[in-house]
Amino acid sequence: MGTASPSTRLSCATHCGRGIQAAAALAWREWIRFVRQRNRVIGAAVQPVVFWLLFGAGLGPSFSLPGEATAEVSYFQYFFPGTLLLILLFAAIFTTISIIEDRREGFLQSVLVAPLPRWSMVAGKLLGGTMIALVHAIPFLVLGLVTSGIFISVFQLFAVLLWLGLVGLQMVALGFSLAWRMSSVQGFHAIMNLLLMPMWLLSGAFFPVTTGPLRFVAIINPLSYSLSVLRRLFYLDATPAIRDMMTAGLPTMTLSICVTLIVTFLACVMAWILAKGRSTGEQP
Amino acid sequence: MPSAIDIRDVSHSFASRRALYNVSVEIQPGERFAFVGPNGSGKTTLFRLISTLFPLSAGEIDICGDSVAATPSLVRQHLGVVFQSPCLDRFLTVRENIELEGSLFGLSGATCRSQTALLADRFGFTDRLSDLAAKLSGGMRRRVEIAKTLLHSPEVILLDEPTGPLDPSARRALWELLDCVRRQDGVTVVFTTHLLEEAEQADRVAILDEGRLIACDSPAALRSSLGSDILSVRPLDVAAATQSLHEAFGILPQSVDGSLRVTLSADRNALARYMQKPHPEVASLSVASPTLEDVFLDRTGRCFTPVEPSVKGASHGHR
Repeated sequence: MGTASPSTRLSCATHCGRGIQAAAALAWREWIRFVRQRNRVIGAAVQPVVFWLLFGAGLGPSFSLPGEATAEVSYFQYFFPGTLLLILLFAAIFTTISIIEDRREGFLQSVLVAPLPRWSMVAGKLLGGTMIALVHAIPFLVLGLVTSGIFISVFQLFAVLLWLGLVGLQMVALGFSLAWRMSSVQGFHAIMNLLLMPMWLLSGAFFPVTTGPLRFVAIINPLSYSLSVLRRLFYLDATPAIRDMMTAGLPTMTLSICVTLIVTFLACVMAWILAKGRSTGEQP
Repeated sequence: MPSAIDIRDVSHSFASRRALYNVSVEIQPGERFAFVGPNGSGKTTLFRLISTLFPLSAGEIDICGDSVAATPSLVRQHLGVVFQSPCLDRFLTVRENIELEGSLFGLSGATCRSQTALLADRFGFTDRLSDLAAKLSGGMRRRVEIAKTLLHSPEVILLDEPTGPLDPSARRALWELLDCVRRQDGVTVVFTTHLLEEAEQADRVAILDEGRLIACDSPAALRSSLGSDILSVRPLDVAAATQSLHEAFGILPQSVDGSLRVTLSADRNALARYMQKPHPEVASLSVASPTLEDVFLDRTGRCFTPVEPSVKGASHGHR
């Protein structure tokens, strides 16, 4: 930006206020776009439910957790936090695909020539995406709690919601960074299948990753930590036998919270730095 | 009063090729100014440099006295930019699109609403405000886009190939509209185009070719710089026709796309004498006052619109 002239310094406060106003308006736009694309709403909400039911019913009988209390939990329960994570992942993917669409449809250009700090555009996208991810996750959370026999307190419910918001932000920010330089939705699908889905599969969402070379992948996978807290929150009050069994192979609560906070922060900063770089707002 | 746009010695390179060479242009407030050039002439690069989408690497650009490189935020406030590709969000209504733009430019809700109503009335889309942008016709979409850029009262409107996808009547309507905006709001209108007919309508034209500014003046001045008329001959026998033209006018004709051209002076006697003789070596001939196309031809030795295969991308072996 070079040196600031007196007039730019004077307008610093209004600049900031304007950035927040614009971020709110852009987040609102994400929301409107989302509700007006009904197939998007249905796709992101129904697919994980189908996964949950099919995998739960199909794998349930042959799946057994290490430990004695294995008869006391069903695979539906085990898979439930993982499905919540998958919903966030899908919602985040849909949001970041919208970045590629914004570029293709020319909308992004009109944002880039507005007198706005770049963080404001990024914040609008991330907040809008997180909001949409949460709206996807909440109905499934209610459905799961009602049908799967997991009982949680009000405190746990709030903690879970807060956590879903944070993890949603983390995923949207990661998706933003991946999508920013990308020119086609097809390219993003490749990334999704090669990177994001394996990340989810190896997070402990699907099966405990306790041994073998996959263990190393689980340790460097940020989603392991996101899932760890989520799963632990559901079993805060459970008997030690059940809790140990459900959380086998997962990192500790404190470590998981710290790692997720750091990763989320870094992902947001990365999104901001990438967006600050030169861009014409057009397809490369 | 500072110039609306002051471009000084601007060069720009991409990784492999140079897109602009030392371009300097000064545009006065209230002017209607065209950057014209064939595809690849660098006009879109220049457009992006002016609109702050590309960082400036060499040279300087000031918009209304503010530097593009040092104070892009101030510059963006001065500018209203209309892109080649439509930038309305098709999932939002016209009103939502305009109000979103208002938020991006820091307008308060009340100001934005009253401005929207005013612009809609003036541009004739009040009854379309609640329609989704996807439902608008191409001409209407352009109209809304221009209204949208006027929301923050810019001093300069910058348009990249604004009439590209429009049919002739929508084009005419658009130019009338822009003219009206220019007169009533005192806005400087700067546009790029690859159509010389469109550039003729500007107060002044900058012609770009392969990244170089080859001419910059009013269309009338550019045309008259070539002399009064141009004689264009389609020969049956090129050598004989060249010779007879040389004898009649004392200059060697220029050969362009199979026809021979001679720029005539104000004195018509040579032309009269040439026309009186029979010319079996000539298939047809025409005399016309020079156009911007002729100016381009004169400065570059090439046709502005090269004979190209009609299908884009099917130019095998053409280069």
